[in-house]
Amino acid sequence: MSVAAVAPRRWKRPPLIKSAWLRWALAIGFALYLTLVFQTTPVNWTRVWEGLPRGAAFVSAFFPPDFLSRWDEITEGIAESLWMTVVSTVVGIALSIPVGIGAAKNIAPAPVYYFCRAVLAVSRSFQEVILAIFFVKLFGFGPFAGFVTLSFATIGFYSKLLAEDIEDMDAAQAEAVRASGASWLQWFNYGVQPQVMPRMIGLGLYRFDINFRESAVIGIVGGGGIGATLNTAFDRYEFSSAAAIIIVIIAIVMLCEYGSGHLRRWAQ
Amino acid sequence: MATIPARARTWRRRETRVQLLIWLAWLFAVALFIGCFRLISEKTIWAFVWDAPQQAGDLALRMVPPDWLYIRALGRPIWDTINIATVGTLISVLCAIPVAYCAARNTTPSVAVVRPIALFIIVSSRSINALIWALMLVTIIGPGVLAGIIAIALRSIGFCAKLLYEAIEEIDEGQVEAVRSTGASGAQVTAYGIVPQVLPAFAGISVFRWDINIRESTILGLVGAGGIGLELNGAITQLYWTQVSLILLVIIGTVIVSEWVSAKIRHAII
Repeated sequence: MSVAAVAPRRWKRPPLIKSAWLRWALAIGFALYLTLVFQTTPVNWTRVWEGLPRGAAFVSAFFPPDFLSRWDEITEGIAESLWMTVVSTVVGIALSIPVGIGAAKNIAPAPVYYFCRAVLAVSRSFQEVILAIFFVKLFGFGPFAGFVTLSFATIGFYSKLLAEDIEDMDAAQAEAVRASGASWLQWFNYGVQPQVMPRMIGLGLYRFDINFRESAVIGIVGGGGIGATLNTAFDRYEFSSAAAIIIVIIAIVMLCEYGSGHLRRWAQ
Repeated sequence: MATIPARARTWRRRETRVQLLIWLAWLFAVALFIGCFRLISEKTIWAFVWDAPQQAGDLALRMVPPDWLYIRALGRPIWDTINIATVGTLISVLCAIPVAYCAARNTTPSVAVVRPIALFIIVSSRSINALIWALMLVTIIGPGVLAGIIAIALRSIGFCAKLLYEAIEEIDEGQVEAVRSTGASGAQVTAYGIVPQVLPAFAGISVFRWDINIRESTILGLVGAGGIGLELNGAITQLYWTQVSLILLVIIGTVIVSEWVSAKIRHAII
């Protein structure tokens, strides 16, 4: 009778990490790490405390932001950012097509493959701003350095994804085109390109978004664009102008995202 | 006998109208590109650009060999950089959970009020680069690692919350329904019906963002927010090029290791 009343054991939720030993080791290790971080990170709390009114001043600068007193500088900076974005996206994608083809294991010979992969690794491990510092040194201040930076960063992003897409393509279709006696160019144009094109158009638009966002930043190190204007506004504690610039950036990013979403749906 | 029609139709990829439209789009794109390039070139001192290869060679000569002994001074900045990325990611995922919960269409308390607010938080956090957040925070709370941590956290909330709410919207409603039909309360439905389904995605997103944040936190020092960027900035302004090349090597190494760790963990989870 009373057999059913005694449940053999309680059900417990299955944990994410199965091995209990590993779970505890990770938890304890992470706790140790955090205490170490808090002990070794000096925080000047009095400075933070002093800064809070300034933070409040900054937040209140958003109501209302001051678009008018620096309007000319803002429009000029935004326009410069937009030119840089357009030109660098186009040049970057144009350059990343050969690099991407070279970095696809299934269609490139080994030496070309390793060379292109090395270019990718270098271009991807440095943040855009670090690249910008060096290109500003080489090409001088202004949008040209920014354009070279963004083009180089685009190569790392775009050709990696292009190479992965080519590696994942359906080999039978390309084989069929080759069997009809096509030259290499015809083979690529009719056998490979139609397979990767829809996704690549979407990624190109996505990269356009990223390039605009980054172009707002590389101005801080002298690469032209709206970042220089923003940096100056902060340096002069003109918070209401800075707020205006940030709002303009957010608006353009949202517009780009919305527009590219539409274009992507249309392309696919 | 051989009645071949006079105008045999050859195979073409597209109709004439579509082809024309495509050509027009190309024309417009090329015109836009050339126009933008001319505007840039007006603001460029071309003499500097033509001089660049020589400058690059000169710089490269000054950067080798790297100042290997300088590595002893780099331990602390690298530790700070990793801390900025890790603690920043931790704070951001903790903040991203409620935002994602409010933004997902199937869990949000109110579609009309709370969801737009959550989406607005996501968009504004994503549109502003970590460096800009750091620039603001350094003026507000002063230079140092804390500004870097908060900058990384603020930038990552949007990213994590966006991916997380998409994961929540894709869950299997059947499991939620099953838990609810046992008479579970709202909190129990979340804990037993939703959380187990999104937990792997959540862990993957956190590690992925951590990997991105390592790369981002290498530059925050340029505006004074701590980490290896401070050293890089100092070495560049003092023209210690052999130190600069060592810093760059250390950055590449850190980024590659973090990418490897993150790929391993994500592979183990999914």
